[in-house]
Amino acid sequence: MIKARVIVTLKNGVLDPQGKAIEGALTALSFDGVDQVRQGKVFDVVIDHDNKKKAQADINAMCEKLLANTVIEDFAVELV
Amino acid sequence: MKTAVILLPGLNRDRDMIAAIKKVSGQEPVTVWQTDTDIPDVDLIVVPGGFSYGDYLRCGAIAARMPFMKALKAKADKGVHVMGVCNGFQILLEAGLLPGALMRNASLKFVCKEVELEVVNAKTAFTSAYTKDQIIRCPVAHHDGNYFADAKTLKALQDGDQIAFRYANGTNPNGSIDDIAGIINKKGNVLGMMPHPENLIESAHGGTDGRGLFESALNIAAA
Repeated sequence: MIKARVIVTLKNGVLDPQGKAIEGALTALSFDGVDQVRQGKVFDVVIDHDNKKKAQADINAMCEKLLANTVIEDFAVELV
Repeated sequence: MKTAVILLPGLNRDRDMIAAIKKVSGQEPVTVWQTDTDIPDVDLIVVPGGFSYGDYLRCGAIAARMPFMKALKAKADKGVHVMGVCNGFQILLEAGLLPGALMRNASLKFVCKEVELEVVNAKTAFTSAYTKDQIIRCPVAHHDGNYFADAKTLKALQDGDQIAFRYANGTNPNGSIDDIAGIINKKGNVLGMMPHPENLIESAHGGTDGRGLFESALNIAAA
């Protein structure tokens, strides 16, 4: 078994109204020093074999084809 | 005009769309279920609005990967006309049939109201019943209608006359870049728009400004 964590974030320059709202709420909670919040997504994918090379390639393809919309999002894959 | 309407779990504007097509064209559209791998020979394929797959992952993301899409893409490649409204627009973007993406409304609120649209390009198969710069009324109802495209894509849309509709007179309800409400592909046979023309086609709706879209599309069959 291989466990992979996929992190999808908005590309730089893409407006993130949800991140902005969270940023505002943190300020409302009196946390000072918050310059910016960007919201993203995390996917934990469990692969049923132990071939790391294949898993990495497959998960990259999954990100390109479905997990991320590469028009507006970047993704990073960590195998654990 | 022969029309096919795509049906997916979670859509809720499919019946309105079918009624509008029937009322304007006089012909009952055929329906295509998401798992169908074949779409009959029609002049126009419509992907209606709603919340396919509960907007899971991203609006339209799951729907765009369902089996019908392969057939729809093949038809679009052959020049068959395709129209996506609201969730249908999101689905066509997720499928890569149109450029850009639709994001959460800038206000973070669901908007359900009437806006004004400027007909930017009246030479398309979907807008020929309107005149350029005409202002029409149209309802919107969405949470994720904030159109985004990178600078290069936006310039290509502007230069290629691919912006079909813009929100007019300060009525942009969602923060869309360049006030974009609807775009058409380069070839001119695929249109996507957030507003709902199918909900303004007869006096009982309080107006008929959306009717022009369907009347324009009637010419697709005649052409």
